Amino acid sequence: MPDPGRYPGYDVLRKRHTPSWNDKTRQVVDARLAVPREPRFFTGQEMAMVTAIADRLVPQPRSRPPVPVAALIDDKLHKGHEDGFRGDGMPREREAWRRGLAALDAEARARHGAGFAGLPGPQQDALLKRMEQGGLSGPAWGGMPSKTFFKQRMAKDIVFAYYAHPTAWSEIGFGGPASPRGYVRLGYDERDPWEAAEARDGDAGDAQRKNRNVG
Amino acid sequence: MSDDPRHAPRAGHGRAPDVFRPGAWVPMREYGEDEAVDFVIVGTGAGGGTLACKLAEHGFSVVAMDAGPYFRPLEDFASDEAEQSKLYWTDDRISTGENPIQLGSNNSGKAVGGSTVHFAMVSLRFRPEWFKSRTLLGYGFDWPLDWQEMWHYYHEVEEALKIAGPITYPWGPPRPRYPYRAHPLNAAAMALAKGCEAMGVAWTETPIATLSAPRGLAHPCVYRGFCVTGCSTNAKQSALVTWIPRAIAAGAEIRDLAMVGRVETGPDGLATGVHYHREGRWRFQKARNVVVAGYSIETPRLLLNSATARYPQGLANSSGLVGKYLMVQANQAVWGKMEAEVRSYKAPPSLAITEHWNYDDNKDFFGGYCYMSQGPLPQLWANTQINAHGLWGEPLMQEMQDYNHQVGLKIVGEMLPQERNGVTLAEDKDQYGLPVPRVSYSWCDNDKALIAHSLGFMEKALGAIDATDIWRQEDDTCHLNGGARMGGDPRTSVVDADCRSWDIRNLWICDGSVFPTVGGVNPSLTIQAIACRTGDRIKQMATRGEL
Repeated sequence: MPDPGRYPGYDVLRKRHTPSWNDKTRQVVDARLAVPREPRFFTGQEMAMVTAIADRLVPQPRSRPPVPVAALIDDKLHKGHEDGFRGDGMPREREAWRRGLAALDAEARARHGAGFAGLPGPQQDALLKRMEQGGLSGPAWGGMPSKTFFKQRMAKDIVFAYYAHPTAWSEIGFGGPASPRGYVRLGYDERDPWEAAEARDGDAGDAQRKNRNVG
Repeated sequence: MSDDPRHAPRAGHGRAPDVFRPGAWVPMREYGEDEAVDFVIVGTGAGGGTLACKLAEHGFSVVAMDAGPYFRPLEDFASDEAEQSKLYWTDDRISTGENPIQLGSNNSGKAVGGSTVHFAMVSLRFRPEWFKSRTLLGYGFDWPLDWQEMWHYYHEVEEALKIAGPITYPWGPPRPRYPYRAHPLNAAAMALAKGCEAMGVAWTETPIATLSAPRGLAHPCVYRGFCVTGCSTNAKQSALVTWIPRAIAAGAEIRDLAMVGRVETGPDGLATGVHYHREGRWRFQKARNVVVAGYSIETPRLLLNSATARYPQGLANSSGLVGKYLMVQANQAVWGKMEAEVRSYKAPPSLAITEHWNYDDNKDFFGGYCYMSQGPLPQLWANTQINAHGLWGEPLMQEMQDYNHQVGLKIVGEMLPQERNGVTLAEDKDQYGLPVPRVSYSWCDNDKALIAHSLGFMEKALGAIDATDIWRQEDDTCHLNGGARMGGDPRTSVVDADCRSWDIRNLWICDGSVFPTVGGVNPSLTIQAIACRTGDRIKQMATRGEL
């Protein structure tokens, strides 16, 4: 039986038709849920690599449909949305991703004789850890600091994609969209009836009952 | 006109969006490009938006341009972090130095209303001594402004924005009661208050620019908590819903999606107008005066990019100080977890504050800081965890499970002005063909001492309320200021006390870039107060024939 989690039965999407969601919110979240799964910026091989990296950075339970992290990043790059700044030696976002993925794959092949996506998890983690610490600097990086790529580009885009998804909001008990209704109860341990109830002291049943009525 | 304000201008054909009524318009006066207006203003944020209102109300003809879209918050704004990144200035910029700063979402807005459309609304007055910090406190530079005069203009801005705040403010000389009542504390703010009481320092409800009672067509704040991604109910008193509607009613024209690339100067050396890009082509607007109000990166960038044979270093730059003495504010935090649920996503993020260390001079460094309660939304929080806390994989997912128990304290700290910190032009070009700004930032020893002091104090404050798993976020900065500072001497400043450039008397700079020092409070109230003062001074000078 799958772990019911900290917020059993809570689904932020149940509020979609309540005063917590305005039209604009419904429109943008609907579009996100319908993000094309086929890449429009990445190649198929790059897409598989991004999926493999995301599985290490934001691992997901198999008991529910996964957040399509790679597809959300592909969508962002396809549309050309950028952060608005980059560090020294950093190319712009599309180029940074292309080059970073190629360089990571080259490191994987040089060290382990196989592409990154085909490595076992611990070897993938070790490479990612080296990248995070700035320890990868093969010619394929083209002078782009691997640490900056990890922090400013890759990790950021991955967590931003994951936590843009309602599944992730439900998982951490976030109230999600809240316009125009907002909230009334603001103090410690104060929960509005349209917020997630947490399973505390091992009592998932009570939280589950409350979460069924969130809306 | 297109429905997407990012693709086609909304202001024009004699009307501008009515931000208070879905689908409605307000009449707007328009000026011809060949008609020299009294003032063309570049930027419509805390500086430019405020000044446009003041000048129009004083009877001047005003065209105010903004590179960003003209949003209708009630229709265009989602309750969604990702979607609302459309409010940020995300044109290409290079950030370098020993401590490169984060731009984009952190401190830059691209919209009519500028970054006030997504600011955290914290509205604080400077400590009076900061206007003479060199003389009275021994560091930085003196401002050419008098604090008592600024006290008058702070009051004007607080009334204009109906700031919600406490009945009595614990620090500094007496100030009038805030126009609207303070907001109730959320749990995150209660944690700050309890920590201050344990540490023996004062705290108060944060004076904040979101309504605690109805105002005209705007409703009180509903404690939705998406403040820094734009307010979809108009409770936030941004320039977009305060100064700009007033400016239009008084006869100003707003031009959205209008990117100014160059200020033109004539044979007499005076400014003649601005070249701007709108609807696919470069245009020229004639003006008797040009006001640059693009904030601390775009303002120096525009002045440097407007260089001519006569002004080879860029405009208003005989001092060589355009783009120098850029300052950010330290924005370090200490985070922990409470046994109880905090759910800091509810309500404005910074409802309680202490300015204790802005007013206590018994410290081993110059300058001061305040700190406030926090309420990061999930994307920002996860990025803080992976980037500042170094968590990924299962440890990250476990940590995120405690999202509703997180509590945090974060400073706005004074960094010292240094000549080496600033803005230059890079070789790379942006989508308009303009050189990309290159921003360089490095902390000095005093900055590091201030940060160390604040982290130590906040860590004790969280420990005193029995928070657990306490950790320090050591590398973050926030608001920009400086880059075209004001002063009393043309050799060591770019503009005078009236924001008028020393070199070109019909060229003005009115935004945070005129700050000689940055203080330990959020800058928006001071930027608006300076703009109000500048508007009044221009009227006085015009009356006396001194323009």
